[in-house]
Amino acid sequence: MNDSHYCPHTPEEISEMLAAIGVSSVEELFAPIPAELRAKPLTIPAGMSEFETFARMQAIAGENTQGMTNYIGGGFYDHIIPSAIDHLSGRAEFYTAYTPYQPECSQGTLQALFEYQTAICRLTGLGVSNASLYDGGTACAEAAMMALRVTGRNKIVVDASVNPFSRQVLKTYLFNLDVEIVEIAPVNGALDRAGLAAVLDETVAALLVQNPNFFGTIDDFTDLAQQVHTLGGLLIASVYPVSLGILKSPGEMGVDIAVGDGQSLGNPLSFGGPSFGFIAAKKSLIRNMPGRIVGETVDRNGKRGFVLTLQAREQHIKRHKATSNICSNQGLCALRGLIFLSLVGKQGLADMAVLNRDKAEYAKARLAAIPGVKVLQSAPTFNEFTISLPKPAAALVEGMLKEGITAGVPLCDFYEGLENALVVTVTEKRSKKEIDHFATLLEAALCN
Amino acid sequence: MQLIYEKSIPGRRGVKLPASDVPSAAALPAHLLRAETAGLAEVSELDLVRHFTNLSRRNFSVDTNFYPLGSCTMKYNAKVLENSAALFAPFHPMTALLPGGEEFCQGTLGMLHDLGLLLADITGMDEVTTQPLAGAHGEMTGILLVAAYHAARGNKAKKKYVVVPDSSHGTNPASAAIAGYEIITVPTAPYGDMDLELFKKAMTDEVAAVMMTCPNTLGLFNPHIKEISDIAHSHDALMYYDGANLNAIMGKVKPGDVGFDVIHVNLHKTFGTPHGGGGPGSGPVGVKKALIPFLPQPRIIKDGQGLFQLESKRPGSIGRTANFFGNFGVMAKAYAYIIMLGREGLVRASEQAVLNANYIKERLKPYYDLPYDMTCMHECVFSASKQLAHGVHAIDIAKFLIDRGYHPPTVYFPMIVKEAIMIEPTETESKGTMDAFIEVMIEAAQMAETNPQALHDAPLTMPISRLDETKAAREQNVCCMA
Amino acid sequence: MAEIYFSKEHEWVKVKEGIGAVGISEHAAHELGDITFVELPAMGKTVKQFDILAAIESVKAASDIYAPVSGKVIKVNEALDTAPEIVNESAEDAGWMAWIEIADEAELKNLMTKEQYDAYLKTL
Repeated sequence: MNDSHYCPHTPEEISEMLAAIGVSSVEELFAPIPAELRAKPLTIPAGMSEFETFARMQAIAGENTQGMTNYIGGGFYDHIIPSAIDHLSGRAEFYTAYTPYQPECSQGTLQALFEYQTAICRLTGLGVSNASLYDGGTACAEAAMMALRVTGRNKIVVDASVNPFSRQVLKTYLFNLDVEIVEIAPVNGALDRAGLAAVLDETVAALLVQNPNFFGTIDDFTDLAQQVHTLGGLLIASVYPVSLGILKSPGEMGVDIAVGDGQSLGNPLSFGGPSFGFIAAKKSLIRNMPGRIVGETVDRNGKRGFVLTLQAREQHIKRHKATSNICSNQGLCALRGLIFLSLVGKQGLADMAVLNRDKAEYAKARLAAIPGVKVLQSAPTFNEFTISLPKPAAALVEGMLKEGITAGVPLCDFYEGLENALVVTVTEKRSKKEIDHFATLLEAALCN
Repeated sequence: MQLIYEKSIPGRRGVKLPASDVPSAAALPAHLLRAETAGLAEVSELDLVRHFTNLSRRNFSVDTNFYPLGSCTMKYNAKVLENSAALFAPFHPMTALLPGGEEFCQGTLGMLHDLGLLLADITGMDEVTTQPLAGAHGEMTGILLVAAYHAARGNKAKKKYVVVPDSSHGTNPASAAIAGYEIITVPTAPYGDMDLELFKKAMTDEVAAVMMTCPNTLGLFNPHIKEISDIAHSHDALMYYDGANLNAIMGKVKPGDVGFDVIHVNLHKTFGTPHGGGGPGSGPVGVKKALIPFLPQPRIIKDGQGLFQLESKRPGSIGRTANFFGNFGVMAKAYAYIIMLGREGLVRASEQAVLNANYIKERLKPYYDLPYDMTCMHECVFSASKQLAHGVHAIDIAKFLIDRGYHPPTVYFPMIVKEAIMIEPTETESKGTMDAFIEVMIEAAQMAETNPQALHDAPLTMPISRLDETKAAREQNVCCMA
Repeated sequence: MAEIYFSKEHEWVKVKEGIGAVGISEHAAHELGDITFVELPAMGKTVKQFDILAAIESVKAASDIYAPVSGKVIKVNEALDTAPEIVNESAEDAGWMAWIEIADEAELKNLMTKEQYDAYLKTL
């Protein structure tokens, strides 16, 4: 035995404890497990020191290509992360606590989550937010299930310009239920309103849309909200929180449930997680919300405090009738989101949104100036846009990877007839110089 | 403490953004823009750092307090795990999904693949998907795999029910219900496990799966588990293992060996990753061979050249359960934990977790009612029924513990034990810490007899006293509108 | 004076001229603790005896309320929407939840009288 590996007892202490229990060995405590069920020894390797462990982890990380310049998004975005976020969310009092079941000794987590819910409500313009879901895709699925419950209907209409991964998650969640999902193909990277009108009727529980959509196109769903509400359904919008620094909020459009992925708010890319999903809704839907909700109250002396509230919706009380099965969520990532939003602040988020769009517009003009390259959509875009190339995008992207550039997300895997289309993402982290270099390389690649 | 919004001063800024080096774009049409800037905080970096630092000080946590929260496995979270996960912060998940992109992500894809192999060994399963994002998400994924299995055999319409014991975590019936099943609940027998006779009666060919936690939420290992799985299989029902209590049995029993077909593991419990004030967790799902075709995609495979590749178009797959590859950062920590402890370390962790729980159980047995008095695994469940005779509830004891600097055990769960107090010390606590906790628990039991009012008044040392939860639920002030 | 009957699930029904006022017993209200929400049935809903009629929540519990008699819901106590605490304050009077047009008074024999219910509570 080279060390304790976090089991602190000395042999003497173990003897004392065994004596107190009245057994002669630790093995005796496993007597309730029938002998014939006992495991063969584990085959995993022997342990190692902390130093060796970290060296191994460094080696693994080193097997990924470092320092890629990113023009990819698709739900995860390469944004700035202020240093204070790591330090504050890295405080052990936050990250080694658990669900704040005991409010008196969990006011730190509870107040932070209340502030988080407030930030999400103000950002989305809606009346209630929960304390986080898993990610953007599962948030879409939870919102859809919420709409099924609220309306008692069993059809979800989805604009296919919603993130394809989120749509796949939605399908997975619903495949064993008696629910119909109808997808409307986009036209020129934008929502097909005529196609949508043809399928919307009084059997639809919800319409799911996204802003900006997977192509990067910005929309205003005010008309859709009215249309869906007339038919007794709900409008669910997946939104990109950074864009809400300037874009019309879901609340202003009449959206009933807003969801999205919170990675862009202070959470690292980290190969896809952890991030957090957010969900906000009109206050009238509060009892159908999934997950934890923190509420304000007072203590015995009338002092303000915060508690988990409306827990009777949740699985630990309502079991199979709960509004969701979610228990552990992404609390620490939501805390990072709150710190990010509070640090960047009111004007800062608006400025950051403008900066993203300015960079993207510059890149869009640079790339569109390359012979044979066209911008796919005519509608305005935020920090992503779609270009169509004179040749298949997949091979081009593969070639650019070797230059250390993720050039964009080819649409060939997600939409028919768009083999030459590429979604390019430009965040505030990309400099003019980098964008110019990217344009030069792209032009060269297209000439070959 | 004031809310961050109450500390805001209009015009104050916390971050300087990168300067723009490109021309300003033409303004967007007004109908696409929000009428007013969102009412976020306006504070300096120092204001903000103090705010969140001071908020953090209002929390109990594993690093500051003994935290024997039953069913949650609040073990110490080694610091090297945090440093390990940080190494992966810059990697964009979409890179691996680009044409030819896997080549640039061999480290991360390889780690996920290898983590799956390690977990398969520990659980006795044939393949593991690392996509599920938490325990309950793993449960839902697992039950969807069960549904896909039955559907592929033409039994979708026939299989209507999922059987759970009444001692199960609430997530089990909730996950099965969300996946489209009706629930049959089997009561617990006086011997502390699912009543075998009632279970037999509940089992029909319409049952799709049986969900078990083993050891169960009473901390007891079910000696009939093999018989239960044989009965389930005779009805073509699959056995689901809720891995919440896996910390009790690493290296001692492999769920796959005793008849389980599907399992989720909670990396944030068993494998030492922090709980984050409520998450993120991670809930990889392991399956037996028959269920591999249905696993979520993309599936990570190792090709003939030893390169890790993504399989994204598998016809039988239930599809994606998350947008990318799961909570990678959490899995990096769990991976580091497993390779650091290694096979002996994991076994020792389980052994000492069980030793600690039995030690606390025996020491407190004279003072608290122990409704199921037998050797426990990693946790023990008392009832405050003796104290109730003096008008003292489990919650009063919990609040007294807070005053003494202990995070309370889980109370009022499992629901089948009246006034339940569920204690899970974990293997990382020292004897000294447990002895001090035991003394305080004994003091609470004595105070219940001599001075119950003092327990009703607790806690007195916290920034706030007991909160009015009824007011919160009735008034529903869940955000502070600008 | 209307006659009152109780179910084993602690609902009561007060019958007068073919109409049954329905609620939960004082015992049930006390057991639930501070009630925070009553999910009232939809007007016009028809229920069978012992089917789920409504739902009730307290801070730490959620329970279904079963119809003590079959029939059609003709009135609901909307005051409970904003003041669920009425159920705690007056479970067997002002805390009524719905009026049911009773389909079959013969079903009342499946319920308990006040005396029988009080005796039943002592067995719990």
